[in-house]
Amino acid sequence: MNGTTHFAPPNMSLRAIAVWRRNYMVWKKLAIPSILGNLADPMIYMFGLGYGLGGLLPAALPAFGGGSYIAFLAAGTVCASTMNAASFEALYSAFARMHVQKSWEAIMNAPISLDDVVLGELLWAAAKATLSGVAILIVVAVLGLTHSPLALWAIPAIFLTGLAFSAPGLIVTALAPSYDFFMYYFTLFITPMTLLSGVFFPLDQLPAGIQALAQVLPLTHAVALIRPLLFGEVPPAALLHIAVLVTVTVVCYWVALGLTRRRLLS
Amino acid sequence: METRDKPLIVDNLHKRYGDRDVVDGISFSIAKGECFGLLGPNGAGKTTTLRCCLGLTAPDAGGITLVGEPVPARAREARQRIGVVPQFDNLDPDFSSAENLLVFGRYFGLDDATTRSRIPGLLAFAGLTGKTAANMRTLSGGMKRRLTLARALINDPEVLVLDEPTTGLDPQARHLIWDRLQGLLADGKTILLTTHFMEEAERLCHRLVIMDEGRIIAEGTPQALIAQHMPVSPSSLRPANLEDVFLKLTGHELRD
Repeated sequence: MNGTTHFAPPNMSLRAIAVWRRNYMVWKKLAIPSILGNLADPMIYMFGLGYGLGGLLPAALPAFGGGSYIAFLAAGTVCASTMNAASFEALYSAFARMHVQKSWEAIMNAPISLDDVVLGELLWAAAKATLSGVAILIVVAVLGLTHSPLALWAIPAIFLTGLAFSAPGLIVTALAPSYDFFMYYFTLFITPMTLLSGVFFPLDQLPAGIQALAQVLPLTHAVALIRPLLFGEVPPAALLHIAVLVTVTVVCYWVALGLTRRRLLS
Repeated sequence: METRDKPLIVDNLHKRYGDRDVVDGISFSIAKGECFGLLGPNGAGKTTTLRCCLGLTAPDAGGITLVGEPVPARAREARQRIGVVPQFDNLDPDFSSAENLLVFGRYFGLDDATTRSRIPGLLAFAGLTGKTAANMRTLSGGMKRRLTLARALINDPEVLVLDEPTTGLDPQARHLIWDRLQGLLADGKTILLTTHFMEEAERLCHRLVIMDEGRIIAEGTPQALIAQHMPVSPSSLRPANLEDVFLKLTGHELRD
């Protein structure tokens, strides 16, 4: 195979479901600790900053959508937590299956193509991320930080966010020589994005140049889609944000598949 | 070429990595019910040949027909009817023995009821009855290899492809694998295997080729190869064997 054929269009099939189910079957064995583990970190940030920092601020500010800081932060936390869960699954867990356990090679000895393996991993990481985002959404609803039935529309938006972060994660996995490599992705991409996408504070607090940069970050679009829904509003320019997240997913899946083909099928 | 009685036909296969011809124009075919051996020192191109045959690597030139399907174009359809025992263990460490087989059945599109009905028989075949719920960490190397063999049989394949099936096993475990493979041949399965053990090839293989530097340098039945290349035994204490032929043809220098 040469470079052109590695990056040939994906040839996807329903066999990807068998790959998804394999991961689900493993997860089921450790479901409760896994959910609690995924919930703890974002909750600590949300309560710590939300009440600690939010307590210093007026109860209702226009910059926070007319509500409290913790309600503003809660919506951002749902997005950031979805992003983190998708990234961890597509990086560390997928890398373990691909490189350490050689599970992907075992699967490819059966009548499943690498295209379906990577698709199954993409859908799995997005599903796991959805669980993480929805768990926080439930906590947020129980605390009364969201009231609107529109918040239910956040669930498909969370899944789309999961896809849009699983796909680039799989690119990094395809390139990674070892687990250490993932540190670069987190410190150079995920962490700056968390601070520049309106999770902790409104984007218009940033200088104009950085605001423009923020518009190309997928997390910005996830936040712009999900926060209004939690506030009970239809997101402005929803189709644009959806289009960006879908495009990121499709392009990154394709690139990840090409790189993984080059890595495993040469 | 007649494909029905020849589950695998390899025609002038070439595979190059950089400027090295890892597989340099090899051709062979396997008859139904035959055990065919691919022998050669490390780096001879055996594993690359197997990967090409399974559609896991695209050849640079040459034709492959596996169970009547052109590979790599229809490799997935071909693999539906193939069982593979890879060189290195890739059993799922998160699953028990039975779960490993169940999940593998799903990869073949088998429904769980069908797979579950096959699991006890396959575990018994592999000498793993009582290890149904065993964690992979508790299995010995021999047990893992037998479970991998059972896994390769989950789809009741026509052809079994084994890459060094007994490397790293103790003599007891090796003899058990040989016994099972002979049983599968008696049931009419076709087997393609690579090996470093000349005794293994002599016992199991109806026909074999010896590869070196990507080329086939000898081909025939074990007996014919010995008769052809070793008309006089190298030692007066024993008759010539396949190992003598192998070393005569591939030399005594280390290959790693």
